[in-house]
Amino acid sequence: MTQLFLYLLNLLLALLLAPLLFGIINRTKAIIAGRHGKPLLQSYYDLAKLCQKSEVISPTTGLFFQLAPALQLIVALAALTLLPLGANASPIAFAGDFLLAAYLLGLGRFSLILAALDTGSSFEGMGASREATFSALAEPIFFLAITVITGLHLDLGATQDQAFSLSLLFGGQSAGAWLSGNFELLLLPVVFFLLLLVENCRIPVDDPTTHLELTMIHEVMILDHSGPNLALILYAQSLKLWFFASLVAGLLVPDLGALSSILWIAVIFLVACAIGLVEASMARLRLKRVTTFLGGACAMAALVLIFSQMR
Amino acid sequence: MFLNICLYLLVLSNFLLLGTARVVQMTKYTALQGFLLAALLFHSGHTVLTLAVLVIKGLVLPGLLWRTEHRMPAESLICPHRLVALDVIAGMAGLAFAFWLDARLGSDLTHNLFPKLFLPLGLTTLFCGLILIIGRVKAITQVIGYLAAENGIFLLGMPLMTQGTTWFELALLLDVFVAVFVMGIAINRISDSFASMDVDRFRSLRD
Repeated sequence: MTQLFLYLLNLLLALLLAPLLFGIINRTKAIIAGRHGKPLLQSYYDLAKLCQKSEVISPTTGLFFQLAPALQLIVALAALTLLPLGANASPIAFAGDFLLAAYLLGLGRFSLILAALDTGSSFEGMGASREATFSALAEPIFFLAITVITGLHLDLGATQDQAFSLSLLFGGQSAGAWLSGNFELLLLPVVFFLLLLVENCRIPVDDPTTHLELTMIHEVMILDHSGPNLALILYAQSLKLWFFASLVAGLLVPDLGALSSILWIAVIFLVACAIGLVEASMARLRLKRVTTFLGGACAMAALVLIFSQMR
Repeated sequence: MFLNICLYLLVLSNFLLLGTARVVQMTKYTALQGFLLAALLFHSGHTVLTLAVLVIKGLVLPGLLWRTEHRMPAESLICPHRLVALDVIAGMAGLAFAFWLDARLGSDLTHNLFPKLFLPLGLTTLFCGLILIIGRVKAITQVIGYLAAENGIFLLGMPLMTQGTTWFELALLLDVFVAVFVMGIAINRISDSFASMDVDRFRSLRD
């Protein structure tokens, strides 16, 4: 009962604090650039403002254009509830839920791509094509990294049922495993961090602040959305960012009961700071180079796999 | 613990070497490998060799490479990107093979002579060096590959060292130093005489 209560508390905190991540990223970038920057709560103000505005819908779009933002929010929320938030196992965990989580996020992306194509704008189509390409390349790496963690938990003595559930994989059981001399496991959070950058369209893959048509990926797809629907998309984006930051936290924070909830959120905020640092220190990669970037993540995951399975 | 961290960093530096297309960056990783080898030697108590390796592999050889690179045209310091991915995959295969070989050789040979991870990681460093020599098309990356392979051999020899072999190892270091020195001069000469340092162009030579 206590665990369910803690889980719901963590879920509530995730829903409340998710938009703050963008504030932390922007503040980190601003501090490094020597500026004061936007207020930390700017994304909350933006969401409130967008919810009050009326919506402009292009006459060329169909029904799906208006449904896609809500669908995106629902799937992001559903994927988040599969995670063991704050190292408390999800009440709906089952063997193989990582597949559901991955494809729920895929469904969200698919709906956004369809909505972008629905507008009939060539730029949005181009953005949709790029988003599809990069996410298709990122997906195998996600599964490869999950394979590594599953193998690790099977070695640690988990049963087959448990080892295929996100609640065990990211529940903090493997957090201290690298201390016993398996330093290769420290690469896994890095792999998930790189995946976060790709999946959430951050620099060096995509620049969320650019509005130059030829270089946008994610931003160009939501250009036609406005008002409450844009607010839904932005909120879903922040939940997705929380999801991927949670994956990093799940690998680093050990299961310490109530304390791990606080540590978990602290790690998520640190990940946001790290994103800010990356964004402040490097430029966007050329589109051709993104595959090299993903290849690096894949190589790291493969390295951990070889080390942990062959040693 | 310290030994393990150094070995892991060494393997990472190998894969960074294989995954980098920029020769200047590769030189930095070579220097890192020199420092790591010195740290490993320091850990096993060879003070004289630590200093020698630190100076020669960590400072002098990368310095020589760096000096050579600064005299070469900028475009000759970037390797083609498609080869980089192949090199990393080959390196992974090398790592897997080294682990397989370590398990195959059995505990008698490996565990009496080598501490855990020394043999597979030394072999991996050696393979990565060979892959760099074979897989890259620039003359200077072959020198870097030669250095990485030599680091692997050095790592394999490290557990077998006794106090008496210090002079032997020092002599080997001198050999490597001279080899890189000569290669540096040769590359300088080649780059003075020919427009390109691309070894791939040998393919179009005719009698």
